[in-house]
Amino acid sequence: MVGLAHFLILSAILFCLGLFGVLTRRNAVAFLMGIELMLNSAGINFIAFSRFCSHDIHGHVFAAFIIVLAAAEAAIALAIILAIYHNLRTIEVDKIDVLKG
Amino acid sequence: MDIIQGHALTLITFLPLIGAGVILLLPGKKEELIKYTAAFFSALSLLIGIYIYWKFDRNTPNIQFVEHYPWIRYFNIYYYMGIDGISAPMVVLTSLLSFLSVVASWGIDRGVKGYFSLFLILETGMLGVFCALDFFLFYVFWEVVLFPMYFLIGIWGGPKREYAAIKFFLYTLFGSVLMLLAMLALYYWSEPHTFDLLKLTKMRFTRTFQIIIFLALFIGFAIKVPIVPFHTWLPDAHVEAPTAISVILAGILLKMGTYGLYRISYPILPEATVWFSYPLAILGAINIIWGALCAMAQQDMKKLVAYSSISHMGVVLLGMASLTPAGMNGGLFQMFNHGTVTAMLFLLTGVIYDRAHHRDIDRFGGLAVQMPIYAGITSLAFFAGLGLPGLNSFISEALCFLGAFNVYRWTTAIATSGIVFTAGYFLWTYQRMFLGPLNTKYSDLPEINGRELFTLIPLGAIVVFLGIYPSPVLNMMTITMYNLIVMVKP
Amino acid sequence: MVNLTIPILILPLLAFTIQIFFGKRIPRQGDWISNSAIFMSLFLSIYIFYGMWSKHDPLYKESIVFDWIVMGGFRIRPGIILDNLTAVMLIVVCVVSSLVHLYSIGYMHGDKRYSRFFAFLSLFSFSMLGLVLSDNLFCLYIFWELVGLSSYLLIGFWFERPAAADACKKAFITTRIGDIGMFMGIMLIFSKTGLLRYEEVFEAVKSGELSGFYLTLAGVLLFMGAVGKSAQMPLHVWLPDAMEGPTPVSALIHAATMVAAGVYMVGRLYPLFTPHSLITIAYIGGITAFVAATIGIVQNDIKRVLAYSTISQLGYMMLALGVGGWLAGLFHLTTHAFFKALLFLGSGSVIHAVHTNDIQEMGGLRKKMPVTFYTFLAGTMAISGVPFFSGYYSKDAIIASVITFVQENPSHLPLAILGVGAAGITAFYMFRLVYVTFTGEPRNHERYHHAHESPSVMTVPLVLLAILSVISGWGGWFESFMGSPEGVHHVSSHNNHESAHNLAVILSVTISAIGIVLSTLTYRTRHIKAEDMAERFHSLYRLLYNKYYFDEIYYALIIKPVLWITRLLRSIDLVIIDGIVDGSARLTVIVSRIERWIDDNIVDGAVNATADSIINMGRVPNRMQTGILQNYLLAAFAGVLIILLWRII
Repeated sequence: MVGLAHFLILSAILFCLGLFGVLTRRNAVAFLMGIELMLNSAGINFIAFSRFCSHDIHGHVFAAFIIVLAAAEAAIALAIILAIYHNLRTIEVDKIDVLKG
Repeated sequence: MDIIQGHALTLITFLPLIGAGVILLLPGKKEELIKYTAAFFSALSLLIGIYIYWKFDRNTPNIQFVEHYPWIRYFNIYYYMGIDGISAPMVVLTSLLSFLSVVASWGIDRGVKGYFSLFLILETGMLGVFCALDFFLFYVFWEVVLFPMYFLIGIWGGPKREYAAIKFFLYTLFGSVLMLLAMLALYYWSEPHTFDLLKLTKMRFTRTFQIIIFLALFIGFAIKVPIVPFHTWLPDAHVEAPTAISVILAGILLKMGTYGLYRISYPILPEATVWFSYPLAILGAINIIWGALCAMAQQDMKKLVAYSSISHMGVVLLGMASLTPAGMNGGLFQMFNHGTVTAMLFLLTGVIYDRAHHRDIDRFGGLAVQMPIYAGITSLAFFAGLGLPGLNSFISEALCFLGAFNVYRWTTAIATSGIVFTAGYFLWTYQRMFLGPLNTKYSDLPEINGRELFTLIPLGAIVVFLGIYPSPVLNMMTITMYNLIVMVKP
Repeated sequence: MVNLTIPILILPLLAFTIQIFFGKRIPRQGDWISNSAIFMSLFLSIYIFYGMWSKHDPLYKESIVFDWIVMGGFRIRPGIILDNLTAVMLIVVCVVSSLVHLYSIGYMHGDKRYSRFFAFLSLFSFSMLGLVLSDNLFCLYIFWELVGLSSYLLIGFWFERPAAADACKKAFITTRIGDIGMFMGIMLIFSKTGLLRYEEVFEAVKSGELSGFYLTLAGVLLFMGAVGKSAQMPLHVWLPDAMEGPTPVSALIHAATMVAAGVYMVGRLYPLFTPHSLITIAYIGGITAFVAATIGIVQNDIKRVLAYSTISQLGYMMLALGVGGWLAGLFHLTTHAFFKALLFLGSGSVIHAVHTNDIQEMGGLRKKMPVTFYTFLAGTMAISGVPFFSGYYSKDAIIASVITFVQENPSHLPLAILGVGAAGITAFYMFRLVYVTFTGEPRNHERYHHAHESPSVMTVPLVLLAILSVISGWGGWFESFMGSPEGVHHVSSHNNHESAHNLAVILSVTISAIGIVLSTLTYRTRHIKAEDMAERFHSLYRLLYNKYYFDEIYYALIIKPVLWITRLLRSIDLVIIDGIVDGSARLTVIVSRIERWIDDNIVDGAVNATADSIINMGRVPNRMQTGILQNYLLAAFAGVLIILLWRII
């Protein structure tokens, strides 16, 4: 029987993968993909808690919000990446340190 | 006519200032227009000066043409203008010399707008000094004179103009500071507090206080006169200043010093005046001889005339110090006469400088052949300078010496020897410049022109006329002077 | 009658004014204006003189007074005085002046400043007449200076010549030294009495208000003016140099009138002089008479010889006045004016003919210029004191006064020796002048060849003056006309005078004769060789030839030190006074620089140090901001972990 614990483990694995990608990948697109993974793991958590604990629709609403938000975020982030590429001729995150104090 | 009668002094003083304002509104390119505007306004002042001369009542020692309005009530400061026999001749002289100087400035070719507006401000300041009867107002005008002069020397002057201008400015400012202190002391010691020069004469200050104030004022005035050893700013300022400014400097500004003594020190501090009169006579004698001897050693004609001014102002001091009618009148008359004579001398120097572009006496020679009219007018001015009878300086100098000899035998006797030195340097200079064979380098110098004659002839006429008939100016001052003597020596 | 003196005075002034402004535009350059003015003055003077003569009252006096400078109690009221002395002086001045005007038409013909010459002559005439007519000390001084001015202008008339330019300056300044004394004398009198008019001052002297030391001092100071103007020792040096002026000027100003002004002044102010000041005057006059005469022996410039003779004769007049010979001195002034003007105009005529002043270049001119010669000879006889010529009478009177004085005061014997000696020397050198110039063989043939008699406009004045030189001493007119006016107390008593007079006649005639004979022997018949004498008394000759080195001594003792002092004072101004001024300015600049250093380093240092330390503190956290996103995320993750762990534990 698949229970709440399985969902939480899946989401934790997904989150760790995303976090790992975010922390290690140099390519900004891969970095973005890591963020998407982390967002989706959060979405899985919402659905799972909604299904097993509260039995209402709030979790679903949040998950839908996250999906829309992730799409918007991806669009903006890609636009930023394009702009950075345009200006700096690179999308490697550790090269982009113009905010260094 | 009523307006002129009631406000003659305000008009004569501030018309030039209005002129300065008008000039500032004119476009700087229209140089001719600016010059004519300046001439127009100073001519208006001159006309009022003549009117004042005409209307001046010679039979009273009272203040005339009075204008008395409150200015800063809290400190009892008034806009108080008026003239008496001491200031009236000076006002007339100032308006005359200012007008002639504007005409003599026609050759100014750079910064015309600035020059003429500053000049007119200067004229306002000078006339104000002679008209003001409120010490505060007097001081304001005194300082107003200072700053245009600084720029006129410092911008339109010769090669060492900055040095000369700063020297002039600092010297006189030093004097002004002492004067300011003296003025404030008088204000706070008087009861009720007042700046009114006439009311101050009625105050009875203690002797010690009088002497301290006299000294402070005296240094301020001595720098203006200038009295040896405060005199070295004068030759430098003259050498660097443009011709017309030299005329004003020697013709009017020096007189502000002795005028201050007559107007402020003498009536307000009578005891100190008596106490100081002997040192004053000695200083006068030193001035006469020092100036004459130094003049003899000069190569530059302007420096020579500057030192001759120092010598001639010594005569004024000597006459003033005597506290006798002859000496005091002679001193004031000498101020007037020296104004005319020295103005002529500087204008004449300017004439030759414009042609030969230097003033080195030794490098001329035989100019009397080339420029006979110029030589003739110069000889008139030189002879007036050395006190030839028949010319105005003689009468004033003789009066000063006669007056002083009564009181200070030996000092005056020694001072008289200055007469020989004066004759010495003037005639020697004349010989080196005009006599002897013509220096061929100058065989094409043009004769003096109409505009220059226009400035010189009125002065020459005054020099001769007052030499023969001095009363028109002398009788302006005698009664006031008599009053002043009574005030000093009751 | 005194009203007539006003036009006498004004006419020349008018002529001067017209001439100086319009002279060049008037036909004949206006010489007729000046001439007619002075001749009108002359006729008026003669009329006045005639009027005075017919009154024949030695004490007659008229005056006019004007208000000029009035200042309360102090007033100067000039006026005109007309008495016998004035009348005589008017005649002297106008006669000589008008004849010189006339003569100048010929002498100055063709000069490029012809009109100006006449203008200056008119100015001089005006000043001299004013001097004579003044009735107070102040106006006397004014005209005194004005004649000095005209003298300056006329000596320097040919100013292109450096010598003339030097001479006019020298004349003016030298006389001014004397004038200072005179001015001080006037001031002294004025300060003691408050009076300036002669009469009032004389009253004050009489009443004893002015007396004793101060009166003597005032007298000596006034006499200083006369020393300058009348070229007495030691201020005589200007007069020989003044010969650089045109000759008519020398005749008018430097022989007949202006230089006599000093004598006139002493005579006019005679009551002011105490015995002490008079004896000073006598000695200065005597020494001048003698010394100048000795210099005259060896000079070769015709005008300079005459100049020294003028100095000598003026000294003579002073000597006379000093010993109490008031009449004698003024009488000599009158006769001298005529014959000395004659001599100068004669020399001018010669110079006009031969174009040189050097008598060694002349010789034998008698035949070429007879009129000049005979008139010149008349003048020479007059000055030498040949009997029946005017100079004889006046000189005789002077020697008589001197002898009288010496008889009364034997200790003053040197005065007599000086006076008599000078008379002999005068006769000697004047005849030398005549012989060398007019007789013998011409020494420069070219000049001799061109020589000619002068035009009649020049010879007529010569003849007229020659006549006056002869007759002006005749008949004792002067003594009877002048009398001895009030206040002249010093003239010696009459008894002595008679005997002295006889002695004087003998002495003066003898001494003049000796002089003339010696001169004839030396320069005419050449029994005595002048060159030999010069050789034998070599050092004396050098001394005389160089005029006792007066000019050199003055240069070394006065002019050089004065110039040195002027330079010293100038350096004091430039170095010490300006040094102090500039130094204080520099000190201010230095102080301000130090202040700036303090501001920059100490005050600003503290402020900057505070700021710097804050910046340094900021550097530490600054390193944490790498700009690399992943570092921030790692830190955020680590933070979350730490919080979690902390919650768990």
